Amino acid sequence: MREHGILRIIARLLIPLIMLFGLYIQFHGDYSPGGGFQAGVVVAAAWILFVLIYGLDVALKVIPERAMFVLMLFGALLYAAVGVAGVLLGGHFLNFYPLLPGKHAAQQFGIITVELGVGITVATVMMVVFTQFARRRRWLEEAGEELD
Amino acid sequence: MRQRDLFASAMLFAIYSLLSAGLFAVLDAGDVALTEAAVGAGISTLLVLAVLTVARRDERPVASHNLPALIVVVVTGAALIWATLDLPEFGAPDNPVHTHVAPYYIEQAYPDMGVPNMVAAVLASYRSIDTIGETFVILTAGLAVWALLSVRPRRRKPSKPEGNNAP
Amino acid sequence: MALLGHFNYWIVVVLMMIGFYCVIARGNMAKKMMGLNIFQTSVFILFISAGKIIGGSTPILRKGVEVYSNPLPSVLILTAIVVGVATTAVGLALAMRIREAYGTIEDDFIHDDEPAAADEDDR
Repeated sequence: MREHGILRIIARLLIPLIMLFGLYIQFHGDYSPGGGFQAGVVVAAAWILFVLIYGLDVALKVIPERAMFVLMLFGALLYAAVGVAGVLLGGHFLNFYPLLPGKHAAQQFGIITVELGVGITVATVMMVVFTQFARRRRWLEEAGEELD
Repeated sequence: MRQRDLFASAMLFAIYSLLSAGLFAVLDAGDVALTEAAVGAGISTLLVLAVLTVARRDERPVASHNLPALIVVVVTGAALIWATLDLPEFGAPDNPVHTHVAPYYIEQAYPDMGVPNMVAAVLASYRSIDTIGETFVILTAGLAVWALLSVRPRRRKPSKPEGNNAP
Repeated sequence: MALLGHFNYWIVVVLMMIGFYCVIARGNMAKKMMGLNIFQTSVFILFISAGKIIGGSTPILRKGVEVYSNPLPSVLILTAIVVGVATTAVGLALAMRIREAYGTIEDDFIHDDEPAAADEDDR
């Protein structure tokens, strides 16, 4: 899609804005609509737009597939680690109060960390899924499949 | 009205998702509207289109109407509409939904954790164990897609000359 | 008012019927997945409309607002949407593999006796 000038320029303007919006709803999610799930899909949507405009090979140079897998597991494990940390510090699983001295500070720390984990997992899972789908056609062509 | 072109149906589906995102925004669920707009109009439509790049773009014509299916659907729908007559009215503040745990969430979320967005508070703290389950479901689904699609397809016929497989 | 009070449920039921019909009457798997998504959205609308209070506002604490809509359905549906797209992706991945193995994503045109269009060896 390199020849489509208008699309490329619009995408170049939009992708950073969408990414920034994703970060905003990730970290401002406590005060306005937002949170990990929303931020994850918004960031993944920006990345998919990047793939559509610049191609999968360039996009995989930005975030290699191995990094996606690591991040995908890291997000879920970060969530679980917050829960386990609560247990180790003397509370129940996923109880945030023992994490920090102040009541509100502990809860906010817990919520932001958990949402970060969710956001990373959701974004990278969507990226992995889209990578698999987008690569399939080329693989099929290389394998000599007749596509209609 | 019947749409055989699957590309057009995917586009109509995207428009439908965007409209339902607007409906969610009207119904006071801003977080849900945000997610639905990104997911429905963006990601799921693109996944359908990705399938359509390898499959036929137009649906095979089938026999005109599927009468048994229509009967099943109409009977189910009629039963459900009958059941809705017992449900509480739309938007009344004393509905059972609003009298159980919701008042606790609305009143205690800010004193408990100092987070004004109650949706985030309920999602990440009160119902945290639910959310960890959902996260692992998403992780598992991602791994399942990877397991299904990361195997390279076998070469069809070794004798087949290269170059006649253009799309 | 009693009649219009159930209007939201009827919309949900109609959307559910459309999605259900797509799932069971159509043979095309891409269309089935779209039907399943419409079905799913109808359930989302049911939950969200149940959480709405007339005169209420978005459940984010701020000054000057007395009545908030119910935050709980938002939470449930928020996670359900993202889980829904993940499961849709699994379904579409299965459809793609079926297309590779049988050459079609139409239910009615899949035949066991034409194994994988000329590649004999099993996968």
